Parts: sequence; structure tokens; C-alpha cells
Amino acid sequence: MKCRKCGAGAVIELRRHNAAFCAPDFQEFFRKQVAEAIRKHKMFTTEEPVLVAVSGGKDSLALWDVLIETGYQTAGLYLDLGIFDYSVESKAKCEAFAASRGEKLIVESVAESVGAGIPEVQKATRRPTCSACGLSKRYLMNRAAVDHGYPVIATGHNLDDEAAVLFGNVLHWQMDPLARQSPALASTHPKLARRVKPLYRLSERETAAYAFLRGIDYIVDECPFAKGATSIAHKQILDRLEEASPGAKHNFLFGFLEKARGAFEGAVPTALNECAICGQVTTGEICAFCKLSDQVKRRRA
Amino acid sequence: MKIKLRNPSREVEMHGRRRVKDVLRELDILPGTVLVIRGADLLTADEVVGDGDELEVRPVMSGGSAAS
Repeated sequence: MKCRKCGAGAVIELRRHNAAFCAPDFQEFFRKQVAEAIRKHKMFTTEEPVLVAVSGGKDSLALWDVLIETGYQTAGLYLDLGIFDYSVESKAKCEAFAASRGEKLIVESVAESVGAGIPEVQKATRRPTCSACGLSKRYLMNRAAVDHGYPVIATGHNLDDEAAVLFGNVLHWQMDPLARQSPALASTHPKLARRVKPLYRLSERETAAYAFLRGIDYIVDECPFAKGATSIAHKQILDRLEEASPGAKHNFLFGFLEKARGAFEGAVPTALNECAICGQVTTGEICAFCKLSDQVKRRRA
Repeated sequence: MKIKLRNPSREVEMHGRRRVKDVLRELDILPGTVLVIRGADLLTADEVVGDGDELEVRPVMSGGSAAS
């Protein structure tokens, strides 16, 4: 197989683009897709500091790498979830990456904020583990961005993540999440940082290939709690579709963003308040994070 | 050839020359869900591998976190 650009031996085939690339041309393709995402959705400029949420996995470290290479001002944010060896290893990967690039890494601990690590939080709530974890991460990411003066948070969500979330939201016609699913969410409150996903145009396999080719040491093993998660079942279904029809995921997600998302916007009221307990932004009186912390405290009492 | 697989971590042995896509088919793995690595190189599906090669079939799926 030959590189579409230079004719040298290819290292990766992108069936949905009907293309194959050698290592240098693939990395250029990758950076261009990130640049296009940032430009199209006005995600951020080189003038403002960007907080990159890193997990130690391929997506977030690839994102941080490409933003550093492109010349953006960045710092990493690692959320320590307290998930046994998985968290110890993933934190070490983030620290090693930050040190190798001479970048700042902010570390926040879920256990310090919510009262216990995710394994214990999971026992205190009826929510699925990934749901409680996701809610804690979104809360802590926003709080860290606001506290440390970062107007924007970038996450490593890729095309497969976004297509799987969309699939789940469509299966259950979740109006509010459908209205909010976007590569860029504006700040609609002074205590809310902008949230952007510069990798949404790139597949999971592409971010893995980029991380590998750049020599990024990332954590390959899955989170022990991800096994059996609904989002993974959705990804597997979409993988089968993609195999039979290359470009299916891309068309599903991009068709939604370009043609359908507008129909859901405005369908849901979005009045924002400050949580009566912690002061962070919420749509209710008490935010979901404080309710979760309360459940954890009561369990431990 | 030796093939290292993940989730769960294990190693399988295969004999004879064949294309990467055939290796994956025999292992019942969709090519779009993994990287196939030999040393410092990524291999495309049409690459021929054989005895003496050591391959890593690395899954690319991550996540679990429901909403984004």
C-alpha cells in the first residue's frame, strides 16, 4: 500500500477517506484535522491558555502533543480517580509526558473532593460507575479551569466517542444531551469554562496511530470499570457498521452536527443557577456533584 | 510468528506467511479496531508477515464514560 501524498510505503490506511499515508504524511493529516476543528468551531486562539484534560490514554496525550507542537499555550489537568493500579499507572504516564515536554500538570484528586475514590463512590450511588465518574470529572474539570484561570478546557473525545454518545442519545431520544452535543460548548455563565473537543474529526484508530508514531507512552489497558459499559457496547455495534460501510460513523456524527442538531437546540430550557452548597453552576438548586458527595458521606457515616 | 494480544493479555503462535488482514480474520478481530505493530512499525492490512515475526495487536478502543 502506498502513501496517497508521496508514494512511499504506507503505515496506515483510512478507508473512510479512501486513502493511505506514510508516517510523516499521516501526522500532517492528523494536525490538519485538529487545526480544521479548532478553526471551524472557533475553539481557542494562540493568545489564550488552554487546559487539556489528560487521562494518560492515547487520545488526551495525542491532543496535548499536537497542541504543544502547534504552539498553543497549554497546561495539563489530571484527575486522580483513585482506581487502584490503573490510576497509579495513568498518573505516572501523564507526569512523564508533562516532564518530557516541560509543561505544567495540575493534579486534582476525586477522593479529596467527593470524599472517596471512584471504587467507593460506585458503591454509594445507584448510577452506573461510568456515569458517576463522568459527572465527577466534568465538575472537577470545570472547577479547576475556573480556579486556575483557564477560559477553555480541551478534552480528547474522538469521532468514535462522539458517534457512540450520539448513538446512545438517539436510542433513548435524550433531548437535553442531543441539544448540547457539540465539538464546542460556549461558556454561558461566568463560572463555566468553554469545553472543546479538537479530536472530534479523528477516529480512535487514528489517535492511537498518531500516539504510537509520536512515541507517546500511553496507558493501553482499559479502565477496570469500563468492562460491560453501555458506551462500549455502542462502539462495538458502530465498529461492525463501519466495517461493512466505511464512513458510517463519520456520516452519522457529521450529519447530526450539520443537519439535525439545530432542531434540538432551544427545545430544552437552560436556566443556570449556582449550587446552594458549592456555588458551581447547575440547572437545579443543588448540583449533581454535591448530591453524589452527600451520598458518599452518608455511606461512610 | 508470535502474536501478542491485549484485554486480556495473551500470546498466540501462528505458522506460515499470510497478510495482516488474514491474521486478523483468523483471530476474529475487525481491522478497524486495532493497530498491528511490528517493532517500531505500524503495518497495513496488505502487509505480508511470517515465521520469525513478532506482532502486537493493540486495541484502540477506550472509554466507558457515558456522556461527554
